[in-house]
Order: sequence, then structure tokens, then C-alpha cells
Amino acid sequence: MLKEFESHDNNTDEKVDMGNLVQFLSFALGKEEYGVAILRVQEIRSWEPVSRIPNVPEYEKGVVNLRGAIVPIIDLRERFNLGRIEYTPLTVVVVLQTGTGNKMRIMGVVVDSVSDVVNVDKTKIQKAPDFGTKVSTEFISGLVSLNDRMVMLLDVDKLLDIDEEKADEN
Amino acid sequence: MSIDMAQFHQVFFEECFEGLEAMESGLLNLDMGDIDSEIINVIFRGAHSIKGGSGTFGFTSVSEFTHIMETLLDEMRDGRRKVTQSAVNVLLGSVDCLREMVTAIQGDSAVDESRVSEHKKALEIELNGSASTAESTQAPAPVKAAVVAKPAAPEFETISEGWSIAFTPYLDILKTGNDPVRLFRELAELGELTTTANIHDIPDFYELDPEECHIAWDLKLLGTATEEEVSEIFDWVKGDCELEFSEILLKILKPQEALPDTSEQIPEPEIVLAQLAPATVAAISASEPVARQTEESKVAGVKPSSSIRVDTSKIDTLINMVGELVITQSMLSLIGEHFTMNKLGQLKSGLSQLERHTRELQQSVMNIRMLPISFVFSRFPRLVHDISTKLEKKIELKLVGENTEVDKAVVELINDPLVHLIRNSLDHGIEMPDIRRAAGKSETGLIELKAYHRGGHIVIEITDDGHGLNRDKLVKKAIEKGLVDANANLSDKQAYELIFMPGFSTAEQLTDISGRGVGMDVVRKNIQALGGNIEIISELGKGTTFAIHLPLTLAILDGQSVAVGDETYIVPLVSIIESINISEKMLNRIVGKGETFRLRSEYLPIIRMHEIFNVKSVKASKMAEGTIVVVEGQGVRCGLFVDELRGQQQVVIKSLEANYRRVEGISGATILGDGSVALILDIPGLVRLSNR
Repeated sequence: MLKEFESHDNNTDEKVDMGNLVQFLSFALGKEEYGVAILRVQEIRSWEPVSRIPNVPEYEKGVVNLRGAIVPIIDLRERFNLGRIEYTPLTVVVVLQTGTGNKMRIMGVVVDSVSDVVNVDKTKIQKAPDFGTKVSTEFISGLVSLNDRMVMLLDVDKLLDIDEEKADEN
Repeated sequence: MSIDMAQFHQVFFEECFEGLEAMESGLLNLDMGDIDSEIINVIFRGAHSIKGGSGTFGFTSVSEFTHIMETLLDEMRDGRRKVTQSAVNVLLGSVDCLREMVTAIQGDSAVDESRVSEHKKALEIELNGSASTAESTQAPAPVKAAVVAKPAAPEFETISEGWSIAFTPYLDILKTGNDPVRLFRELAELGELTTTANIHDIPDFYELDPEECHIAWDLKLLGTATEEEVSEIFDWVKGDCELEFSEILLKILKPQEALPDTSEQIPEPEIVLAQLAPATVAAISASEPVARQTEESKVAGVKPSSSIRVDTSKIDTLINMVGELVITQSMLSLIGEHFTMNKLGQLKSGLSQLERHTRELQQSVMNIRMLPISFVFSRFPRLVHDISTKLEKKIELKLVGENTEVDKAVVELINDPLVHLIRNSLDHGIEMPDIRRAAGKSETGLIELKAYHRGGHIVIEITDDGHGLNRDKLVKKAIEKGLVDANANLSDKQAYELIFMPGFSTAEQLTDISGRGVGMDVVRKNIQALGGNIEIISELGKGTTFAIHLPLTLAILDGQSVAVGDETYIVPLVSIIESINISEKMLNRIVGKGETFRLRSEYLPIIRMHEIFNVKSVKASKMAEGTIVVVEGQGVRCGLFVDELRGQQQVVIKSLEANYRRVEGISGATILGDGSVALILDIPGLVRLSNR
């Protein structure tokens, strides 16, 4: 992992101001790579069967017992319409903390695999291009390029904002 | 010396509420004919400590307000003022107002200034009006007060320029924790303060003990402060110093001692007061609270945590229990370390011990949340006092079983329904004294509020000895309003239950106390939301009893697990009436769609759980293969069609909303023995869902 860090730094070839560095956890969904701010990640778990919640969108898989707390699990592939794959013991659930207002919530998201912790220079983050209504980019907070791969940085709060009004639309 | 005072605020608020409660019950217990000075002392002490606390924490609006109350009480305590019913009523009102103020500060919300000023004015009128003051003079005083903008100083009776105080503390004053500088600071708030220190007595440096106070002070306080106000600041140090007050007089006119009987002369200042009070209040509302609000808005977002006072013995039990648990655990791990089959018996007994300890531990933890119901009951003497005075009825309230314990959440939520029921009993239940006499009853009506435990529930009964429910009148009214069919044959119980129908009211006259027909249905709804129910027992001419049954705790629920496909759901046991098996033949369709079946004399709708929850793996597709669970929720009965019944168990209720959101038809979740999550069904929600 350390090597990886170094190679990133070499790649950028510039002096990086440490104050501008933010860390992201990157993970894969199909061929795409996404990242979430590392401070939002509480833990990484393997997939375990969930208890389904009736009458909610398909991508809200259900709830699990996380040390006594009832935590919802959301499938990001389905959320982004990337098609469904079979869950295997290697399927990963990233448990994220989201804060909407004063309320802190914990939620799990299902991803294909976790790749890396990456250091990103804040100034290198680009805005996501606007695709109009064709592609919804509201929960993408920015794009960054690492080793010529494009990583989409997700805004956790917007992504996991699953309040009642929204569910009613479905 | 920068201690974050905010950490003590919660304690202060709690003490405030306790003090207010003590004041309130004291005021209610005051017997006009025979004044018990100890009660007055209790009330005074309540006001005094609230004032002291609020001053320390910088809640000036509270301390200013309490100050006026305290002045009034002080005069009563010293016997300078007669205790009158009107004064007591004003004080009771002020207690309420104060409670509102403290609640507002606690919740970071704005204090209702208009109410505060209203009560302040009433207090001031009481203070200036009847007892003190030989206020024969002058407008200058109020004008001066307005200039200094001291709304808490209603005493305009002196025309003195201020006070000269000789303050000679004893050597050990500092050891008692008193700080003269603090006193001066408080004095400075009353007016312009000049201090002259007398340092003649200070010994030689080598003999000086820094813990002793050798300084004496001559203080000059200019302003409108009264003797009470000034001497009160020195209350804490009275035993530790020599004090001498003398008034600096502006004119030769001497301020007269308070005389109760000079009231003819005072109409003028009263008018002045009435005009003055709003102005000064406007002045503070403009400056001070705004400043504080902005300050507070910085801390906003930190929710005031609710706290609970726990009996130490309960905590001791808990600690014992944990100790036992640790011992059992170490015993078990010892067995596990070198386990051979012949230790099986030991292991088994160890495990059963563990089970017992765990259960006991759970029970005592739940016990911590239990509060005596007196937390709710203690408010009612006041309510009954106020309303019975208003209605001119004579009513005695009897409390039974105040120490019955119930979960804190239940205590908080049961208050409003109880208030409503008691108001109802006061207003509709108990008759006017003359009617009671004519009916051969004692003139004084009796309302009994009783709480007791019965089989895992708490029962709260509200009994009045009034005229009871009039069955015929109820039915007639219900027919008039079209709530029941004219030919309906209702049992007594069904007839009484009519009062829980929305929009039902039999009172001939609507009063502002009750009878707007929006009460009882809400009462029942609230009680049902707590997982309880309410029933009525009534006898015409003899009285009515409302009995409320509530679960002891909201954290644990008796549940029946049912299987729907691969999924498990929990049905609250309280809402289950019975479970039956029926065959397809017994089904009836209504308009080709809604399924019903006949249970004895009733047609009940069927909710197929698979359909309503979109469960894919269906085991029981035919009626005969599954089970119908007949449930009742908010007065609606229906049959839930599930695959099979599993076990009954107590489940710990977990909130689904904490990390997720509310889901229609689901009231919460729980964790089963195997660690998986099961959802708890919300019967009224399910009925709504199926009606869509």
C-alpha cells in the first residue's frame, strides 16, 4: 500500500502541499472507480444476508444488525443502474457515516471491491461535467485522475439521503 | 478561571424545576386561616435558590423575575405583609411563568416577553398595592427608574439617593468561600457603587495570613435599590461580618416604614407602574435577550440531553449484578480452558447461572429507567385547584399509589392524556355544589387518581363521584350526529365508548376547559400509541372511572413471531385477538376484490401479508395452508394472512428511524436470537397500507 502512495506522489511530479491533501477510499463498481472521503468510512465488512424492508426501492436491500444497531444496506450498483451481480462472500459492504443536519446516521453500501486509500490534492479535484438530465451527477462531488484512471468522488450525504419524501416517489 | 458554565446548566435547570415544584406545592398547601411560617420559608427558599442560581449562570431575566417574587415572599415571611388569596394566586401564576421561562432557556427558544411582563406587572401591583408603601410622593422616582432601566426594581417608594454601607468582614470570611469582590459586583448592578477600602487593620507583612481578610470597606451605592435588595446581597455573609446600612437621603423626606393600611394614597403610582412596566420590558427585550440569543445560537445544535435521576440503591444493585456476571464469566472460561467431558455438568450449571444473571442484569437496567408516577401526579393538585376555583366547584383530589414505578418515556407521554381526563372529570363529572347537595351527596366532590401494577402493566384509574355517564343521552347524541345507526343496539360499554368518537361532545355548554369534542378521541389515540388501552366504568348518579392500562416500558414488547415466506415479522401480542385457520370456502369477496371472512358475528377484512409486503417466496398460497391472525388496531379489526406462527417472545424494540427512515406498516425492528433483524408490524399502519 505504501508503495502505491509513493507512486502517486511520483506521478504528480510536483511538490504537494500537505495541507491540501485529502484521503479517499476508492472502490470499484463494474469498470468504474469511485471514492468516498476516508473520514466517513466507519468500517468495511463482508456481505451478510439482510432483512428485507417491504415496499422500498430495490436498491435499498434491507437492514442488518450491526452490534445492536439497525443499519440499512444500499446496493450502489443498483443505485447507479449498473446492473446486478450475484453477491459472493467476497462482496464488500462499506459502512459509512452520514450526517444530515444534527443527525448522524450509519449506512452500509454494497460495492464490488475496495481498491485503495488514495491521497488527493484538493486543488486537483475537477468538477463533474454536466450531462443535463441524461446522467444524474448530483451526488458526484468531483472527479480526480489517478494513474490515468478516473475516480469519481461521491458526496456521501447526498448519496445516502434517503428520506421519506424521496421514497414516496418510488 | 475559565470554567465552562454550560456543563452545569442541566443541573441548574433540574434544580429550578424542583424548586418550582416545591414552591407550587407550598403555595397550594397554604391555608389562609392559619399560615404556617415553615411553608412560607420553603417557598421563599425555592425562590431564593432559583434566583441565586440564575444570577450565577447569567440568566438575568430569570433572576430579575424571581427577585420580585422573593421580595414579596420575604415580606410575608417577616410578617410585614398579610398572606392573601390574591397574592397566592399571583405567585402561582408567577411560578408558571417562571417555569415557562426556564423551559424556554433550556430549549434555547425565545422567552415570551409579553407574558413575563404581564406577570411582572401583576407581582409589582401586588407588591406595591396592598402592603408596603407610604408612597405619597413624586413622579421623579419612576423617571429615574426608567433612566437606569432596572425593570427588576419596582420599589420607587424611597427618595433616597442610595445607601452607605459599612462592611467589616470577620477575619475568616474567605474560609467560608465568600468573596467580597463578588458581593461588590452584585451591588454594582443595583446602581453606582463607590468602594473605599479601610486597610488600617492590615498587620505587618510577616504576620499576614493571606487566608484572612483584614480589610473593611465603606461602600456608597447610588441608585434606587431598596434596603431589602441591598441586604439580600449580604444574605450569604450575614454571620461572617459586621454590617451597617444607612440611607443617603436626597431630600429631608424620610421614607416611611411599610404600613399595610395606607392604601388610599397609592392609586397614582399604580398607574405610573402600569405605564412603565411595558416600556422597561421593551428595553430589556431589545437589548439583553437578543444578545444572549446570538450567543446561544452558537451553541445551538448541541441538543440538551435529557437526564434522569436514579436512586443510588438501584445503581448499587446494578454493580452487584455486574460483579456476579464477571465471576460467572471467569468460572466459565476456567472450565473452557481445560475442558473434558466430565465437566459437562459444571458447564451446564455455569451457563444457566449466566442466563440468570443476564436476565437479572437486564431487569435492573430497565429498572433504572423507571420513575415513580408521582412525577406526573404531583402536577394535578395545582390543576384541580385552579380549575375548581374557576368553576366554583368544591373538589378534593386524592392520590393513591404515587410511588408506582413506570418507564420514563411512559411518564413523559401519559401526562397530556391524564390532564385531559382530569379536566373532563372536573368539568363534566363533578356537579355544582347545590346539585350535589340536592342529590344527597357531600358538597365537596372527590376525584381519585390511582396507580398500581397488574401483570406487567400499570393501571391508572381516574375516578370521580359525579353524576356518571348518561347512557341514553350519549346514544341520542350519537344518533343525532349520525355516528351510529338509529336502531343500533348498543351495550352499556359500547355506548360509553361513544365519547371516544371524533367530534363527539355531550356537554350542554362548551367551556374553555373541555367539551370541544376534539379531546377524547385524541386521548384514546395517544394511549393506544403507547401500546395501552382505556376503558370506562360508569354508574349514573354515582360517578365514572376511566381505567388506563399501559405497558411498563416502551423498550420491550411481547411479540408473536410470524413467518411470511422466508421472512419473519413480529406482531405485538397486545394487538392479537386470536389466531385461526380457515378454508377458501369461508372467504367472501366484496365487489370482487376485498376479501373478508366471517368471524362469529362479524365480517373482517383479510390482509394478505405476502401481497402487501411483496414477499416472493410464498409457502402458503391457499388459505388452508396458512394462518389468519386476527388483530385489532385503533378500533379496526382485521385478519392478517401469514404462513405460520412461530414462537412468542419478549423483544427489545429498536428504532428503524435512527439510521433509516419510517416505513409504512412497520413500527420498529428487533434483533432475534440468531442475530438477524426482524421487523415489528404496526397494525394501524398496515390497515392504512392495505386500503390504498
